[in-house]
Amino acid sequence: MFAYIVRRLFAVIVMLLVVILVTFGIFFAIPKFTGADPALMYIGKQADPAAIEGIREKLGLGKPILEQFWNFVSGIFAGRDYSSANGSVHCPAPCFGYSFKHENPVWPELTSRLPVTLSLAGGACVLWVTGGVLTGVVSALKRGTVWDRTAMTVALGGVSLPIYFTALLSLAVFKYKLGWVGGEYTSFADAPGSWFGGLILPWVTLAFLYAAMYARLTRATMLEVLGEDYIRTARAKGLAEPVVIGKHAMRSTMTPILTVLGMDLGALVGGAILTETAFSLPGLGQAAVAAINERDLPMILGVTLITASAVVFANLVVDLLYAVIDPRVRLS
Amino acid sequence: MTTAPAPGTGDAPTAFLDVRDLRIHFPTDDGLVKSVDGLSFQLEKGRTLGIVGESGSGKSVTSLGIMGLHTVGQYGRGRARISGEIWLDGKELMGADPDEVRRLRGREMAMIFQDPLSAMHPYFTIGHQITEAYRVHHPDADKKTARKRAVELLDRVGIPQPDRRVDDYPHQFSGGMRQRAMIAMALVNNPELLIADEPTTALDVTVQAQILDLIRDLQKEFGSAVIVITHDLGVVAELADDILVMYGGRCVERGPAEKVFSEPRHPYTWGLLGSMPRIDREQTDRLIPVKGSPPSLINIPSGCAFNPRCPYADVPAGGITRTERPELRLVGGDGAAGGGRHWSACHMAEEERARIWTEEIAPKL
Repeated sequence: MFAYIVRRLFAVIVMLLVVILVTFGIFFAIPKFTGADPALMYIGKQADPAAIEGIREKLGLGKPILEQFWNFVSGIFAGRDYSSANGSVHCPAPCFGYSFKHENPVWPELTSRLPVTLSLAGGACVLWVTGGVLTGVVSALKRGTVWDRTAMTVALGGVSLPIYFTALLSLAVFKYKLGWVGGEYTSFADAPGSWFGGLILPWVTLAFLYAAMYARLTRATMLEVLGEDYIRTARAKGLAEPVVIGKHAMRSTMTPILTVLGMDLGALVGGAILTETAFSLPGLGQAAVAAINERDLPMILGVTLITASAVVFANLVVDLLYAVIDPRVRLS
Repeated sequence: MTTAPAPGTGDAPTAFLDVRDLRIHFPTDDGLVKSVDGLSFQLEKGRTLGIVGESGSGKSVTSLGIMGLHTVGQYGRGRARISGEIWLDGKELMGADPDEVRRLRGREMAMIFQDPLSAMHPYFTIGHQITEAYRVHHPDADKKTARKRAVELLDRVGIPQPDRRVDDYPHQFSGGMRQRAMIAMALVNNPELLIADEPTTALDVTVQAQILDLIRDLQKEFGSAVIVITHDLGVVAELADDILVMYGGRCVERGPAEKVFSEPRHPYTWGLLGSMPRIDREQTDRLIPVKGSPPSLINIPSGCAFNPRCPYADVPAGGITRTERPELRLVGGDGAAGGGRHWSACHMAEEERARIWTEEIAPKL
């Protein structure tokens, strides 16, 4: 088990390095070869030539690619200074870049937005896993009945309806018409009540989409597991049905759900772009949209790295949980 | 009376296990699948019954029916339709409260399944799965007692270092060891009825013999009634006191093993014997397969279900084999000659069958 964890951790480190390499390549190396000017992309076309030249110098864009890469990576761990003839700016570790458009390091901006996205993803996740798995299990156990058909029709709706539609619809009904839910996002530490009030609608909207997918996945998996020989064995032992379902069948049903959950959560931490935009939540997704609109490259780069890292870490957690659930994983 | 025991009379049972007119039908989109269609037999403690037949003859469905496993966990539509009577140790199971039957399952009647790898949960240790079977019927037993019992049984079925292997997972066991563990799990509550459904099919030939020996020894030791379900006449020859041959969901012949092997009175049994390889006799000819394929259980042939494959279908006059279903009749009638325990269901006159067997079939085997 210990060797397994070490192996997985090592894989994560390699994976993150690859992510940084690829991201760096996209933002620095490729523009160099295609003749595009990263400095221009960094600050925007409207900037005056002197400012562009300053940034080019600060970023060291004239230096060899490998040296640029080294500066970028070491900046993440040790911080770095962007200096030119006009003066220098310091970007403390971990330096994921410096936005010359807003004149601030990217990292603090990212970390200030992370709690919003985490709140959104975490709360929605609890809702959709509970709702989706429960619905899926009940649907599987009542296969072919009215309950099953209704649940699966609703789930089909949930999967098909785009989030910008359900988000706007729920806003129109519950916020503006009925006035049930409150306004702006506030941090949990400041005011838990309004934190909850501001997030409940995004949670439900986001959870509805995912719950629908999880209900379908759970139902399909559960039906398959219920046909397994070892379920018959469990019954042949005289175990009561709740134990057969809750213990023997659920244990196997959890495996594929966990896989999908790891990926979904990882991707969501990188920002639920549509949800955050629709509900004006100041999270990473919204930052990404704003950065793309403003061509604020360092910010885009930062969000990309955070998203990639989140996916990698979520998968690590899933892999470790696999080993807890499935003994065969531990040995192979 | 020379027909099978009257079904559905509700009389008190005459044997430890008394199955009467068992019918198990499954409604499907294509029609009603009559997997078991009127099966009756008795079994005493300490004896072994071998149920033989091709795939789809209803053997496994019968065993699951006795265990009551068709009526639990059948969620939604498509439930099995079951009728008849199953008497176990004086209790009728078919009409009993499902929870009462559940409490008998695993305690008074237990089952060994065909493929021990898929029949064991891959995520729980062998020990956990055995102790679970024990503790569900011994709610007062603590973990330590249950574990001791599991180790004891693993030792009894021949697992080396049982106190260590008890914490292994099924995938860490070899095929033969898994089947031993499966047997240990079935025996953990000293069941009085043990059903082994193709217990050796998934195993190597050498391991098969060991497992059969083990089942035989354990039966002597525990004195339980055993049903062995198989398509392998060799297994039945090893273990069974009595044999029941199934075809198309019905019994076509049953009786003491030595009678069924030495004087079979049904053309299907002849076919099975002819397709069985024997090493104790000079074999120069090829094995003789039973021609055709097993009947569709949705459209069971009218008359005798075996008639489309039977080489002697035209022997009885008037095409009766295609219009009328033969009932089980005592071989040798009521007289002492037949021993009163050998039954077969065939339209041909008994003398004719005896002649065909001794003159045409037996010499070729």
